[in-house]
Formats: sequence, structure tokens, C-alpha cells
Amino acid sequence: MIVLRRAVILLVTTAVASLVVFALLAVLPGDPAQVALGVNATPELLAKARHEFGTDRPLPVQYADWLGGLLSGDLGRSYVTGEPIAPRLLDRFEVTLWLVGTAMVIAALVAVPLGAFAAVRHRRTSGVLVSAASQLGAAVPGFLAGILLVEVFAVHLRLLPSGGWTPPNADFGAFLRGLVLPALSLGLVQAAVLTRYVRSAVLDVLRADYLRTARAKGLGPVRALVRHGLRNAAVPVVTVLGLQLATLLVGAVIIERVFVVPGLGSLLLDAVGTRDLVVVQDVVMLLVVAVLLVNFLVDVLYAVLDPKLRRA
Amino acid sequence: MLAVDRLGVRAGELDLVTEVSFTVSAGERVGLIGESGSGKSLTATALLGLLPEELTASGSVRVAGVEHELVGAPERLLTKLRGSRLAMVFQEPMTALNPAMRVIDQVAEAREVHHPGRDRVLVEADALRLLEQVRLPEVATLARAYPHQLSGGQRQRVLLAMALANDPDVLVCDEPTTALDVTVQAQLLELILAGVAERGAALLFITHDLAVVATVCERVLVMYGGRVVEAGPVREVLTEPRHHYTRGLLDASDLESTDEHGRLHAIPGTVPAAGEFPSGCVFRTRCGRADEQCADLPPWTGVPDHGHACWHPVGGDS
Repeated sequence: MIVLRRAVILLVTTAVASLVVFALLAVLPGDPAQVALGVNATPELLAKARHEFGTDRPLPVQYADWLGGLLSGDLGRSYVTGEPIAPRLLDRFEVTLWLVGTAMVIAALVAVPLGAFAAVRHRRTSGVLVSAASQLGAAVPGFLAGILLVEVFAVHLRLLPSGGWTPPNADFGAFLRGLVLPALSLGLVQAAVLTRYVRSAVLDVLRADYLRTARAKGLGPVRALVRHGLRNAAVPVVTVLGLQLATLLVGAVIIERVFVVPGLGSLLLDAVGTRDLVVVQDVVMLLVVAVLLVNFLVDVLYAVLDPKLRRA
Repeated sequence: MLAVDRLGVRAGELDLVTEVSFTVSAGERVGLIGESGSGKSLTATALLGLLPEELTASGSVRVAGVEHELVGAPERLLTKLRGSRLAMVFQEPMTALNPAMRVIDQVAEAREVHHPGRDRVLVEADALRLLEQVRLPEVATLARAYPHQLSGGQRQRVLLAMALANDPDVLVCDEPTTALDVTVQAQLLELILAGVAERGAALLFITHDLAVVATVCERVLVMYGGRVVEAGPVREVLTEPRHHYTRGLLDASDLESTDEHGRLHAIPGTVPAAGEFPSGCVFRTRCGRADEQCADLPPWTGVPDHGHACWHPVGGDS
């Protein structure tokens, strides 16, 4: 069964990834105890801090301790504030998920109809214009799109806030208003990229023999494409969506900065600034697991979409 | 039942099929033969109005009982006729079925499209009956399978079931058996013949295999360079060909006759690429009998369904 095999692969890669993340941060220069106590700290105080942080133990022990914690849901304590990391991480992750999820939905809602349109009309001016616009859109970096959107909708039109975040359960209207611009900045650029993939996938399907068979049965061009084309065109598009989700998680780090959104990205940047290495480690690990999980889901989706892969 | 008059297919300025005219009556079986690149498949695709966007058709295609001319007919009309009055079996069993849909659903769809509102249970029963008619083995299991789980012959049976689903008046088969083993081929040919006989349908059968034409068809059209170069009853065309191209095809298929080196006969040269056919007689660059006169287009001698286009017919002028 493909799902089982993919699940095993997911577990193994996650384990390897945790080792890599830990090793990378362990070899980085900089002593958290030194950073926490400042340059004037006495050796005795430093040693005490290292003992508290656990950084005086051998690396394999530290790794085993960290990994064991991860598995039991204990992500350790911040070197800087001394508070447990897990609750804060989850709060921040929720914010980032809202942002990335909305961006993904925007991207798909824009790209699927637009790409299909560009494919069906690829010989007409309208189709070529959509392709050209998507090429251009794909070349715009997300943060630039963000700044432009703020300029238009926040500064000039004063329709939406230029930044900040309201949790959904506090004030849903304010939450939505705050979500729109950052999600659009992330989503529209991805939509442009995705449009090109949707276009080429639909073009392939339009030329497929089975689509001609469907037409020969008496299905109209649109009905044939919807009934027989879209599902087959979805396979390459899902691949790109999976890759894009990873790009979006990383892209969110920057967009959260631009819009002052308290997500995972800003947590990561703050933690790097204060050398709060456990937090960095946990955030990176969470991002890695998220990306691997998405890849796993993409593989499972393949099997759903393409019956040939079910027994592979 | 089907009347084709001066059908042409063009890609921009390039003529791919020129002045193809023929008729097929109800219950009649007509073959269309020629090498790859002679325009057979394009002719068939043009009949159903399914040419790729970049190609345009001209001339006339008419089906009995339909007021409207089919070339350039509105898509709505064509959609209604395809699969009900005019059906087609394509040549690639490997790619002609949707890989993501169960076989029975694809057959059921062919019924459903032309019987909107018919109960889903009945439609499925229809589909199962059609699959039984084309003798799909282990029909209960294989009907629920996906195309990749079927063999080439089984897939071609499914395509035939789909084409016959609404008892079409005209069935077009484009090299339906070319990709199959000889033994499977014979079974499928029988099914096609039985299918059209039961329905009294007109059959247009495209192939490059002369033996198949001889088994299946009553009349035959020989195509080369996008033109019909000879037409007539199968027996006559295959025993007493008039056009040198037909002669060449027959010699190439005759396993008992060889040239002075003991090899099978072959037509010299290869089929030119589209647009590279000579002016005048399209075959003159490969024809041993060609002379200056052949630089002019030879006129059609005889009636549309029985005649040839050659200045120097095999066996002389009669």
C-alpha cells in the first residue's frame, strides 16, 4: 500500500532532518549562556547558566534529550525568557497557518480558472495576455507585492490596516481585515506561478487522445474538459502546490516582518537575534516537519488522483 | 447514409487532404487505405468535426436525415450528432481511454450523454450489456477496472462498446486493430462486423492492412498524398488495380513475389512530408511509369465511387 510506504519514508526523513537541524545549530559559534548573561559574567555564573541550559552536557545527550522532548510535546524552555516554548510556538504557528492557508486558497482560486482559460484560449489574444501577465506576476517578489498593496490599500485608499494582527476569536472582522493584505501579497505571486503550471497541464490534457474520445462520445468542449481533463491535469498541479506550500512557509517569514504579523517567521527572526537557539531549533524543526507532511499528503493525493499509482 | 464531397483539410496555406469524395450507404462497409501520412486519419477526424484547432476543413459532409451541412456546422449540432448518429473508434487503445475513470463509467457516459435524465441504474445496466456484447472477459470484474488494468485488445473492445452505445448510423474505425496481436485482431474485426450488421450502420474502416480491408470491406478508397487516387469494389481494386500506387501497395504485401534479389517488393522512396508532395500527380516522384504528362494533375476517370486518377493506368486505358 502506497500510503504505508510513504508514511515510513516520512518517519525516516523526519528523524534524519532532526539530526541535521540539531547538528547545524550545535556547530554554530556563540554560547547561549554568554549571550544571556552578557560580556561581564563571571566564569562561575556562566558555568551555572550552562548547567541550567544543559549545554554543558555531551552533544549526543543533548540531542537525545531534545528529541525525547519533541516526541512528548515538551519543546524545552527559552534561554532568554525561561518560559516553556511549546505554547508560544503553537500560538505563532496558528497565525502562520492562517496566513499560508489563506494565501494558498487565494492562489488556487485565481490560478485554476485563469490557467485553464489561458490554455483553452492559447491561440487567442486573451489567452496570451493571461500568460504574459502570469509571467510578469511570477517575477515580482512577495515582499514587493506586499509593499505595493500597503501603498494602495492602506495608505491611499485607507481601506485596510497596513499591518498588525487580531486573533480570530477576539474580533473576527478585524482579523479578516488584517489577514487580507499579507495573504494577498503571498497568494498573488504564487497564483502567478501556479497559473503557468495549470495552463501547461490543461494544454497537455486538451491534446490527449482520451479528450478526443470524450468529444467523439458527444460531450461538448467544456463538459469534456471538466469531466475528463481536470482530474488528469490535477496530478502535475498538485505537485507544484506541494512545493509552493513549502515556499509559502518560508515566504511568510518575510511577509510577517513587512506586516508586523506575530507568526512563526517573526518568532524565528527574534530568536535568531537573541541567540535563543532552542527556539530556533524548534521553529526550524516545526517548519521541516510541516514541509515533509505536505509532501506526504501530496504523495497520498497522487494515489487518489491516478489509479495507476495505487499499487506502485 | 454518409456523403462526402470534395472534403479538404488545410493547415494554414498547406493542403493536407484535397478533394476527397465518397459515399457510404446504410449497411455498406467501405475501406480507406494508404500508407501513414496519406491523410486517412485526418479525413476521418474531419468527418466528426474533431480536427485540432490549427486545421480547417472545407467541402461537404452530409449525414442522411440531417438538414445541416456538417463542415462548419455549429458545435451544438455536432455535439448532438457525435456518439449518437456518428461514432468513431480511435487507433490508440493505450491512450484513447481516460486513465482516471473506471471502464464502466466511461461506457455509461456514452449512453448518458444522449439520454439525459435516464436513471443511473439503467444506464449502468446498459453499459454492462454493451460490454458483454463486445465480449469483454470477466465482465463483472473488468467493468470496474481502470484502463491500465486491461490489455490492448480489451481496451479496444471497450472503445467499440462506447462507439456502439447509441446505435450509430455511421461508424468510423481508425486503424482499430493496428496495435493488436493478429489473433486478437481477428476477434475484434468480427465484433465490429457483427456490431454494424446488427444496426444496419454504414462503416468507414481505415487501415493500411490490405488483408484486413479484404476481409472487412465491400468497397475501398486508396489514398495517397491527401487525395483519393483509386476507388472501387474491394475485389476489383485488389486484383486489378489501375493506379500504380495501389499496384505498389499490393506488390509490397505479396509475400510470394520477390524482386531479383529475393527481397519483398517495396515502393521506392518514402512518403514525403506534408507540403512536399509534387504538383500534378501526387505519386509521380515514386512512380516508375511517370513522364512529363504527370506534371499535370490527372483527372478522375470513372464515377466517384469507382475510378482512378492516373494518366497511365495499369493495364492501359479501357
